[in-house]
Order: sequence, then C-alpha cells, then structure tokens
Amino acid sequence: MRIAVDLNRCQGYAQCVYLAHEVFRLTGQEALTYEPNPDDERRLQVERAAAACPVQAIVIDRLDGAKGSATS
Amino acid sequence: MTVPATVAELVRKFRANGRIVIVGASLAGLRAAEALREEGFTGSLTIIGDEPDEPYDRPPLSKQVLKGWVPADHTTLPRLREVNAQWRLGVTATGLDRAAKQVRLADGEQIPYDRLLIATGTRARQWPNPDEAALDGVYSLRSRDDAAQLQKALAAPPSRVVVIGAGFIGSEVTSVCRELDLPVTVVERGSAPLVGALGGVIGEIAAEIQRDHGVDLRCGLGVSSLEGDSGGHVRRAHLSDGTTVDADVVVASLGSIRNVEWLEGAGLASGFWGVGCDAGGRAFDINGVVTDSIYVAGDVARSPHVLYEYQFLAMEHWDNAVLGAEAAAHNMVNFEPHYRPHLLLPGFWSGQFGLNIKSVGVPPFGDEIVFTQGSVKERRFAAAYGRRGRIVAAVTFDHGKWLEYYGKLIEHSGPFPPPPPGWDQPPDMKPIPAEFPQPGVPTALPDVVLTGHDPSERAAEFRPRPR
Ligand SMILES: Cc1cc2nc3c(=O)[nH]c(=O)nc-3n(C[C@H](O)[C@H](O)[C@H](O)COP(=O)(O)OP(=O)(O)OC[C@H]3O[C@@H](n4cnc5c(N)ncnc54)[C@H](O)[C@@H]3O)c2cc1C
Ligand code: SF4
Repeated sequence: MRIAVDLNRCQGYAQCVYLAHEVFRLTGQEALTYEPNPDDERRLQVERAAAACPVQAIVIDRLDGAKGSATS
Repeated sequence: MTVPATVAELVRKFRANGRIVIVGASLAGLRAAEALREEGFTGSLTIIGDEPDEPYDRPPLSKQVLKGWVPADHTTLPRLREVNAQWRLGVTATGLDRAAKQVRLADGEQIPYDRLLIATGTRARQWPNPDEAALDGVYSLRSRDDAAQLQKALAAPPSRVVVIGAGFIGSEVTSVCRELDLPVTVVERGSAPLVGALGGVIGEIAAEIQRDHGVDLRCGLGVSSLEGDSGGHVRRAHLSDGTTVDADVVVASLGSIRNVEWLEGAGLASGFWGVGCDAGGRAFDINGVVTDSIYVAGDVARSPHVLYEYQFLAMEHWDNAVLGAEAAAHNMVNFEPHYRPHLLLPGFWSGQFGLNIKSVGVPPFGDEIVFTQGSVKERRFAAAYGRRGRIVAAVTFDHGKWLEYYGKLIEHSGPFPPPPPGWDQPPDMKPIPAEFPQPGVPTALPDVVLTGHDPSERAAEFRPRPR
C-alpha cells in the first residue's frame, strides 16, 4: 500500500509510531520518518495510525488494488 | 448565492463534456485531477508528464531514501480516488497555442483543451559548467532517479562528500551524510546555512549544529571549479579562496529553476519566478489580464497574498501543491461567485541532525527576530519574525507543537513582538535584526520567494516590445 505524510501538518505527536512502529519512526525528539510503501499486511495497522493522527496528516491510498501501474 | 440559469447551464455542460488538460504529472497535477473528479467533472481529462513514472512523492527522497531505509521506487503517491484520465507519461509539453487552445507535445501531437492547468513545478539547478557537471560523482537531487543514484554513491561509501549550497535540501543531504558517518564538506556562498530562508541569526545556530556534528562547513565561499580524474570521475573541488577539497561525491544543491520554458511565446505572465496567477489560480497574461481558461498550481505558481502586502509569493512546499491544486480544480469547474481563493499560510518542514525545523509564514518578509520560547543552547526553541510591528513568520527547532499558536497570530496580523504564550520563556526577549542577506547577494535560493518589490528599489523595468 502507499502512504504519504504531510509533514508540514504533522506535529510529532507520535500516535502513528505507537500504533505502527514498523512504518513510522521518530528521529530525535519530533522529526517523523516513514516507509511510504508498507507491506499490504500492515494496512489495518496503518489505517489505525492514520485515524489516530490528531492532525490527520497521513494520506492513505484509496484505490483498491492500487499496485504497479495504476495510472487510472 | 444563486447564479442565473444560463450560467448554471454553462457550468453543467462544461462539467459533463468539457476537456481539461493538466501539464505536470506530479503532486499538484495528481491532486488537481482527483479534485476535478471529486467536484463532479465527468468530461475528458488528459494528464501530461515528462517523467516516465506515475506521480511520486519528493520529500522522502532527501531523507528516508538517501539514508537507504526506503528504496527510491517506493515513493509512488497514494491515490485519493480514481481519475479516469488519459495519461501521457514520458512525453514533454513543448508549447502552448492559446489562440487554438492546444498544448503541443514533443512527439508532434497537439492536445486540445477547454481549460488547462499548468503544474510543471521546478527542476534542480545544475552545476553551471556542463563538462564538470557531466563528471561521474556529481549529483543534484530532484527526481526519484537522482535519489536512487545518489543513495548508491553514498552507500559505496565515498571518501568525502562535498555539498555545494546549504539550503534545506543541501542541509538534509549533509545530515544524512553524517548519519552515515561520511566525511562531508559544505560550501555555502552566504554567511551560514539556511540564511536565505531563515536569516543570519538562525543561520548561525544551524552552522553551530552542523559543526557540532562534525561537518566541515565553509561559508562565504563558492566552488569555482570541479576537477575530474582521467576516468572522468570527480576528485576535487576548487574553492574561491584558492583552497581545494578532495572528494569523490559532489552534490550541487543550488536551488531550483521553474519549468516555464515550454510557455515561451504563449503570452502568459511567466518567467524566472514562475507563472503569475490570481489567488484563485487563474493565470495572468503578459499584460496582467487574468485568463479564463488557464490555471496554475504548485511550485510553478506565484500569486498575490493578502497577508504579505499582496506581493506575489512562490512557494515550494508540499501543502502548497496540494491545496493550490484543489483550489484551482474547484475554480476550473465553477464560475463566479463560487471561486475559492488559495491563501495558504506558507509552512516548511525539514528534518536534519535529529532536529525538527519548521517555519510558518514568510520569514524573509520580516526584518527582526525575537526568541520567544525554549532555549537556543539546548536547540529547542521558537522565534518570531516581525516587520513594522507586525508578526509575519515564526520558526521552531523541536518546538513544532507551538507553530499553530504563531500561525494564528500571523493570520490575524498580530503584534510584534508577539504576546508571549506564557510558557518556557527565555530570559531575554528583545527583538534583534534577523539578518537576511541583502537582495542580490547570492545564496541557495529560499523556498518562499517574494517577487514583489519596494517601489524605491526600482527592481522592475518596463520595456514594451516595439510593434
Ligand atoms: C528532495 C526534496 C525534498 C523536499 N522536501 C520537502 C519537505 O520536507 N517539505 C515540503 O513541504 N516540501 C518539500 N519538497 C518540495 C515538494 O516536493 C514540492 O513542493 C512538490 O513536489 C511540488 O509539486 P508540483 O507538482 O508543483 O511540482 P513537481 O513535483 O516539480 O512536479 C512537476 C512535474 O512536471 C513535470 N514537467 C515539467 N515540465 C514539463 C513539461 N514541459 N511537460 C511535461 N511535464 C513537465 C516534471 O518533470 C514533474 O514531474 C521537497 C522537494 C524535493 C525535491
Ligand atoms: S500521529 Fe500524526 S502528528 Fe503524530 S507523528 Fe504521526 S503523523 Fe505526525
């Protein structure tokens, strides 16, 4: 699956890190990094993280089966 | 508000059968396409992009990807919905014929449009000497390919990296080099890193942070030439003070160039700072008359901002591309009085040396700065920028949660120095000069440019073309 985080909006609350630490990490006190293309098995985890983000900074792919050349 | 039946009918017809063409298949282009469909546009949609890949995200390239944590091709952008577009990827738009309402492609095809969105963004400014730029080991960073190649070179590992230009991207590259434990020399023409975007006071702090992390930082200097070996690989940088630095990877982070060349001759207000448009994304023609059918969004757009004396702002920021695209898309399929402005308070984020550096507003618009929270010594603080008694921007180092507070003050034209948030205040809260370089002093270009000017500067020159 694909995700992107609007880091201008992100406030480093680390809710996402807590809920999906394989995908989101903090470097230092509040700088977030993340894996933009996590395994599909992590979808539930990532969806929970996105829902929990207090500033809704996490964008998740909403195309079903959006893999490869989904230039639809 | 209700619109006359004839206008409503026009809008309905256009939404059903109109032809929209988007040039630029990246963040702004994709988000605009999605927003158009979301707005109920069911006509034909064509997206033209010169990169072969579907739209991908750039911010991770200078961070996760360079570090080697995430492969460069894992950055394809998530989709908010299907766009059912004709995608023309890997083909460059080479011209615009406004009279015939057609976009000309490099393969000779002409694509007709009723409404056009220009979202061609920027590209990295290359090292100016083409022979030296062609040496192996010389990189710039804008695309996914750039990031993949530079990541590979950093993993090799090189004996030393030279970074030319200490703006945000140069500083992020430098930070990654230190995280990878690579020796790195930074050469910056300005007095300090980030000085164009955040001024000399903050720049000095950034310089200390770099030096504390073992960066060999040389400010007030330029690279005059790059020297390669007999195999065509870069080996040495010659600096303007006559010294040399041996290195086998050189990263030129010299700011960006707006992709406007394809618009030459189209009669739009396009040039060095981008394509001028109103706050609703409608492009201006060369005489300053707003067009009805051409829109602009993202890095290539520049529009007047009410908070900054209606000066034209060009912003190279992620959320500017997203929100500008959404506003332009809305206006493309609506009519007055339902237009929506794109009046984003600019903001930037940069992760470097384990610190979260964020800014809101337009720091270079200010001439004074005051530290309002935290401690510079501990590298966690907030500072506000002011101009003529008004707060115009703020910057935080590991104090991001407070940005909203300052953002609200800026939006309401709050006073400078700002009322202290009543928390964690430094003992000395006296405004001091923010020390932005004088206009004309070359540094890596800032991410937000104000392209208006003081009348006293006489920066504009009007030369009507002879008929
Ligand atoms: C390494 C890096 C790190 C960044 N980090 C951050 C960050 O931390 N925070 C932040 O807010 N922003 C960051 N940015 C900026 C952010 O990525 C940009 O603001 C955003 O990509 C702008 O999107 P855009 O669609 O306007 O332009 P672009 O992404 O530049 O896309 C324009 C597209 O149009 C194509 N194109 C150009 N000319 C033509 C033509 N004639 N015909 C067809 N196609 C054409 C280009 O090839 C490109 O694909 C970063 C940028 C880079 C490069
Ligand atoms: S939960 Fe949201 S605000 Fe918090 S770190 Fe994650 S993305 Fe940022």
